Amino acid sequence: MPFPISGAAWAAALVFTPLLAALACFLAPRRANLIGLLAAVGNAAASVGLIERLLIDGSLRVNVGGWGAPLGIDLAADGLSAVMLLMTAVVGLGVSSYASRYFDQHPEQGDYFWPLWLLLWTALNGLFLSADVFNLYVMLELLGLSAVGLTALGRSAAALNAAMRYLFVSLLGSAAYLLGVALLYHGYGTVDLDLLAARIGAGPVATAAWAVMLAGLLLKTALFPFHFWLPPAHASAPAPVSALLSALVIKGSFYLMLRLWLELFGGLGPLLAELLGLLGATAIIWGSLEALRQQRLKLLIAYSTVAQIGYLFLAFPLAASGAEQAWRGAIYLALAHALAKAAMFLSAGCLLRFARHDRISDLDGVVRRLPLTVTAFMLAGVSIMGLPPSGGFIGKWLLLEAAFLQGRWGLVVVILIGGVLAAAYVFKVVGYAFTPTKSAQAGDSVPASMEWSALLLAFGAILLGLAGPLIWPLLDIGAPFASLAIASRTGP
Amino acid sequence: MTSSLLFALVGVGLIGLGLYALIIRGHLLRKVLAFNVTSSGIFLVLAGLARGGAAAESDPVPQAMVLTGIVIAVAATAFALALMLALRQATGRTRLDDSDEA
Repeated sequence: MPFPISGAAWAAALVFTPLLAALACFLAPRRANLIGLLAAVGNAAASVGLIERLLIDGSLRVNVGGWGAPLGIDLAADGLSAVMLLMTAVVGLGVSSYASRYFDQHPEQGDYFWPLWLLLWTALNGLFLSADVFNLYVMLELLGLSAVGLTALGRSAAALNAAMRYLFVSLLGSAAYLLGVALLYHGYGTVDLDLLAARIGAGPVATAAWAVMLAGLLLKTALFPFHFWLPPAHASAPAPVSALLSALVIKGSFYLMLRLWLELFGGLGPLLAELLGLLGATAIIWGSLEALRQQRLKLLIAYSTVAQIGYLFLAFPLAASGAEQAWRGAIYLALAHALAKAAMFLSAGCLLRFARHDRISDLDGVVRRLPLTVTAFMLAGVSIMGLPPSGGFIGKWLLLEAAFLQGRWGLVVVILIGGVLAAAYVFKVVGYAFTPTKSAQAGDSVPASMEWSALLLAFGAILLGLAGPLIWPLLDIGAPFASLAIASRTGP
Repeated sequence: MTSSLLFALVGVGLIGLGLYALIIRGHLLRKVLAFNVTSSGIFLVLAGLARGGAAAESDPVPQAMVLTGIVIAVAATAFALALMLALRQATGRTRLDDSDEA
């Protein structure tokens, strides 16, 4: 490379590109489309640049502006953050290209969409790169506020109601997290993740801190039974927003939970891991059954998200009893779900634009008019069901293998039943879409860029199944999953 | 009882009060107020429990954190109030509708 750019510069670019673009979009709403797309491309380039440096140099740590801990802000990146950044960049690029045409019909929403979405992106990138628990709190709060703002964009009564509830849930969740930060600072005198990892040991302070932080993050991640706020919020938002909420925002708080578990609290108790696994299993069954019952397409997809979140939590009990690959399975599922669920919500947006409603039973014959959109929905469905060769298949396979090896037949059955139920609700939609009707359904035209954005994201979810050789070495940078062993050794 | 422990205990009490009202009260304005009481409680815990060692030297880090937290809480409150007004304009209600399906 003729001009080697340091990893530190790429990391800073990942935070500042969306931030500056958000301000620019706010100041010049007429140019917002162009600025947003440029920021999306710039962000993708910065992610690739950072990953390239990480593959050469190993994990990264930067003192921004030369100020170290405790007063300065440190950025850190390892394999786990790199994979999450890449996921955000790809989904963000797809949703941005979709949104540039989607808001033609609603220009007043578009004016607010771009600044809020770019702020959300800043918060996500900041979350994945932060190295101290307080900075993580600030990013979590920024993420929640911009997500609620996006939910309210539609300004319908349902959207405002859902946004209001989402706001209280989000504020309560991050307040609980902040209380945990206060307890950690009291106990160990630092907020830096690495220093905390070195000082923490089992005891009442660590247990109390983890209890409140976990409660707050579970609320934000919408794990059963904390999922009550998710379906109305995700279903009443505009399609690109639904895609962002389901694909990325949920993963932000999940990532934070995983990071805290791996670095700080993993050794605190196998019982908790079992409990999380149990809640995850319940979420899979409950969410899938609810999805099957829905009459509206966007609600069906939102309940499917509730179910898919459950899979991520199956990794906790499996990994706690020694199967490190369960983490890889969960990460892979998170990536596949991000791509597939974004594609699903975006194609639902195309159908909604075409038919002006999303009643599943009235979508008959759509396939003749919107073949690309229905293909995108089906391909995304393949990944959600977990059929080969999709990314969802690889993730579920790793979890299944771990469950088999440990003889946990209950989890095996739940994973398989979840796949069957997913197939049922995907085919419920696809079946109606293929039903022949005598009169070809009339509807509004859908811009090609919207259909193609959804289709390319769905292809991404399928291709992810073949991308293992690229993802594994990336995920192992800085050995994010190895630190659990250390955490369990520093017990009493 | 040291004064810092007293602060922390009062903070815990405020958190409890705020949580109770946030869950029980229906009116959105009361919920917003309850959220503010909860955050004040958390800030008290944060400032009160901070390890200062001897009372003479005060640790600036928790104060910086509380200040950041207050800024966020003010912004969140303003946003919640704006959202509440928009909801009232759209529906005439100042309570959450629990029967909503998008």
